[in-house]
Amino acid sequence: MILSRKFVSDYVSLDENLSIKQIAEDMTRVGNEYDKCQKLIEADNLVIGKIIACENHPDSDHLHVCRVDVGSDILQIVCGAPNARVGIKVIVAKVGANLPEITIKKSTIRGVESNGMMCSIKELGLEHKFLKKEDIEGIAELPDDAKVGEDPIKYLELDDEIIDFELTANRGDLLSVLGLAYELGAIYDKKVKDIDLSYKEINKDINDEFSIDVQTDNCKLLLTKKVSDLVIKESPAFIKNRLMACGIRPINNVVDISNYVMLETGQPLHFYDANLLGNKLVVRMAKPGEHLTTLDNIERVLDENDIVISKEDEAVGLAGVMGGLSTEVEENTKSIIIESAIFDSIKVRKTSKKILRSEASNRFEKGLDPKRTYMAINRACHLLEKYADAKIYQGMLSYDKTVKDDKVIDITVQNINNVLGTELDVATIMNVFSKLGFKSINNGDNIKVEVPTRRIDISIKEDLIEEVGRIYGINNIKGKLPKLSIKQGSYDKTTRQIRQKLVDLGLNEVLTQIFLNDEVAYKYCDKDYEIVKLLDPLSVEKNALRYSLIPSLLKVYEYNKDRNLKDITIFEMAKGFYKKDSKFGEDNKLCILMTGDYYLELGNKKSVDFYIIKGIVEELLHFLGYDNRYSFVINDIPSYLHPGQSANINVNGKNIGIIGKLHPNVAKNIYVAEINLDNLLENRVSRLKYKDISKYPSVVKDLAFIVNKDVSNEDIIKVIKKSGGKLLTNIEVFDLYTGENVGKDEKSIAYSLTFSDMTKTLSDEEVMTIFNKIILDVENKIGAKLRDK
Amino acid sequence: MKEEIKKVKEELVEKLKNVNSVKELNDLKVEYLGKKGPITEISSRMRDLSSDEKKEVGILLNDLRNEANTLFDDLKNKLESEALNKKLESEKIDISLPATKIKRGSKHPMSLTIEAIEDLFVSMGYDVVSGPELESDEYCFERLNLPKGHPARDMQDSFYITDEYLLRTQTSSVQARYMMSQDEKKTIRIIVPGKTYRREDDATHAPQFSQIEGLVIDKKENNVSLADLKGTLEIFARKMLGENLELRFRPSYFPFTEPSYEVDVTCFKCGGKGCSLCKQTGWIEVFAAGMVHPNVLRMNGYDPDVWGGFAFGPGWDRITMFRYGIPDIRLMYQNDIRFLSEFDRKDED
Repeated sequence: MILSRKFVSDYVSLDENLSIKQIAEDMTRVGNEYDKCQKLIEADNLVIGKIIACENHPDSDHLHVCRVDVGSDILQIVCGAPNARVGIKVIVAKVGANLPEITIKKSTIRGVESNGMMCSIKELGLEHKFLKKEDIEGIAELPDDAKVGEDPIKYLELDDEIIDFELTANRGDLLSVLGLAYELGAIYDKKVKDIDLSYKEINKDINDEFSIDVQTDNCKLLLTKKVSDLVIKESPAFIKNRLMACGIRPINNVVDISNYVMLETGQPLHFYDANLLGNKLVVRMAKPGEHLTTLDNIERVLDENDIVISKEDEAVGLAGVMGGLSTEVEENTKSIIIESAIFDSIKVRKTSKKILRSEASNRFEKGLDPKRTYMAINRACHLLEKYADAKIYQGMLSYDKTVKDDKVIDITVQNINNVLGTELDVATIMNVFSKLGFKSINNGDNIKVEVPTRRIDISIKEDLIEEVGRIYGINNIKGKLPKLSIKQGSYDKTTRQIRQKLVDLGLNEVLTQIFLNDEVAYKYCDKDYEIVKLLDPLSVEKNALRYSLIPSLLKVYEYNKDRNLKDITIFEMAKGFYKKDSKFGEDNKLCILMTGDYYLELGNKKSVDFYIIKGIVEELLHFLGYDNRYSFVINDIPSYLHPGQSANINVNGKNIGIIGKLHPNVAKNIYVAEINLDNLLENRVSRLKYKDISKYPSVVKDLAFIVNKDVSNEDIIKVIKKSGGKLLTNIEVFDLYTGENVGKDEKSIAYSLTFSDMTKTLSDEEVMTIFNKIILDVENKIGAKLRDK
Repeated sequence: MKEEIKKVKEELVEKLKNVNSVKELNDLKVEYLGKKGPITEISSRMRDLSSDEKKEVGILLNDLRNEANTLFDDLKNKLESEALNKKLESEKIDISLPATKIKRGSKHPMSLTIEAIEDLFVSMGYDVVSGPELESDEYCFERLNLPKGHPARDMQDSFYITDEYLLRTQTSSVQARYMMSQDEKKTIRIIVPGKTYRREDDATHAPQFSQIEGLVIDKKENNVSLADLKGTLEIFARKMLGENLELRFRPSYFPFTEPSYEVDVTCFKCGGKGCSLCKQTGWIEVFAAGMVHPNVLRMNGYDPDVWGGFAFGPGWDRITMFRYGIPDIRLMYQNDIRFLSEFDRKDED
């Protein structure tokens, strides 16, 4: 809603010294934010002039050299407008004038000196939609009564100031000049002036000619009046200017009055050409598939949730949203039916969302005051009589199921102070209600407040408390610390610890969006899950929610690669979304992506490979307490992974994620791990407890086995462990060899075995007995050969 | 014999001057102090002497032996330390060459921020809780006093999955979930950090962003008031954004609180004088807040005649941007490694 200072001043007198900026700030303080506040016409140094001479430019076929009388001076101005001629009164921007788009300087145009500019209306900065052809193509021609030397903006009554408010959804009452006047009245403690609703009626009665029929509960109030003998013409300047100030394009006096009254009262009106409408107006729900051509000449297809206005059987208007073309007020309209009504806000909202958001629908959606419905129809009659020579019929047809009593709310001083944390006394509080124009009476600390119907947003005590806070001045309330009972606070430490661990291991945490294309999402989705799709996505690229984070991290990789950043070791913890058996779910996931160099030493670097990412995952699993409970299993490798360098990660035999190299079809040399944290962390871990360490020295023995290439280290270790028993306390793999010293299909793996006993120093014989048993078992069970030293 | 002893000593001192290595030294030591050395030889001849002479020569010989030992030890120490110094000298490296690079990780600035916020609120007895991001209309809107068709829903254009399910537009959904989850209604003090989604994508709005919801509910008799809300937000803002900040409350409207406020803090860039960040107003909007609406309490099983409290919700992204001076929200979702790596150290606490 745009506030026009001139318009609102009709109803509340504002101190002339009060700047528009100050008004905007004061409104903000009570909860009404603004987007901009400015003069309607941001131009200075303008003056009314008269062209007293106009000759062709000696060196141009379209420029004129004019002499312009501006009262104090006669200026020579070079002008290119085709309508420049002797005798017309014009708007002159003097040297130094600031117009919205240019600053006027003294200049020489093709050898002729020019001291200023004659302006078109467009150059004053009015919005393009308000401009007529002549406002753009030529300089403005002012009527003869314009006085040379005076301010043309004032003469045109465009010397207004505006504030564009961004109002909250509950304050539908502020979508009216009157509402704004009450709000300003509360701030500056001024009374709101009465609105003139007077008019004469002729000796004809609408009841004799016309009837209404409301067939739906979605219309609670319908009023109609008839006027005749209209003279359609241009509106007076003040109406046009105020409409423009509020962002509405002037059309003709009758149409303008309906908009003007809507701005004043907040109640949208509709005028039907009475001859085209016939003798009956019906409000009903649309029939499914019913057609209606709206004022903007677009044929709309309606359904049973749209409220329509119809004559007999034909829809003539989309209630609360837009009128129909067939009964439009036109140049030759003589008499009209005025409709002032309240339609169901939710229905209007749905229809307008589907079809068109309009000034009217915005107001219906937020709710209306039935008293204003009456006020508006009478105000329209008053203005039509005054500015369109209308004759007003007697009688008003009405269908009214509304309650118009003021709401009475009981509240105590205590209620207010408890919520606000203040110590206001009853007088201060009563003063706030009085400023707001609410009647209130008190009995000690108990106050009875009558809230006028215009404040549809107020219905409970808390609403009144808000009003007191806002008008008393919320910033007069001092902050204090709550006195609350002592209580232990808690948070999920595990997430934080995982983050810290991975950061310590050299990974950068990233934050990505959950949206992506559904086909991409499906590539990385578990096979028994469906991907979640959006009903109304912003684009095809973002039409679904990811299940796996891998594609998101791949995007991060690509972004960085494009910037020549190649060592990428990143992770993210976020939700993965899925649908299963028509139910939605979300899993907490951890995803790691690594590529490039991980370790860098002068002349020696280590690129990320499977074993590095495996190391990261194992470090994490160890840190979380899953030692000896996890395994890497090579079956059912998802298709986006390299089949020979990937594995499923199991904990307690159940899958919790994957690890490996991305398939070369997906990306080159990128390693990923993705863990379902919910599945992982449901495996309970026992508390950390001290375990005895041996007081006796341990014995370390090395050995190497030659085995077939397909034999896994894990299989060998299993045998060693079993065979070594309790005294074998540690196994390290310290070398892997393939090459000419072993067979073509063979490899050699070297192990370092540590033996120790809690109760004594182990003798050589004891160790050798176990050691030899290990060799024998590995040879027999695995088919390994002991490699000679 | 006395002469001999004197001569042996002089000879030894002379010879020691030419010793350059520990080996030569050891050889010389054997030569003089060994069984075939002059000192042993002289002492073997002592039995021929008178007892007085024996005594005198004995003392002299003993002195000689001691002196010789001292001379050998001193020289040995000297030689050894020279050898060590030489070795150290040869081991000298260029310490200005680059260190072995151990990969350095970093927490996302959003995480740094929330960890600090969580620590602050946990220290005041708040629990940090979470809730689903794929939420039902019921919890996201209806239980928060936003029935279907409510115009305030326009403020939050939503991504629907079905008619009933959507991506939550606000972490306030967890207010309802948490209240409903309390079998026995008791005091609530929570913050809820989380991702939120709205159907908008322009210069100042991303479809995915994050919020931190705060909720305090207590018995009415404890008078949790607007002033308490203000005090709490003052602690929050001053801790996260700057010590001397002031707060400005502006009445606003949210269906789940009444009264409702938007809360500005003194522009921390210009100190309130007016700059490009605060669009010359001197204030930056940081929180939405208010007293929990009685309908919300009632709908989620808390009797508004018995219970009351406040709720607040700053934008997590905004707080992070302000805290670190990040000029554009997109930087936080682009994940440029250079950007991320800037956050690789401890922050002031």
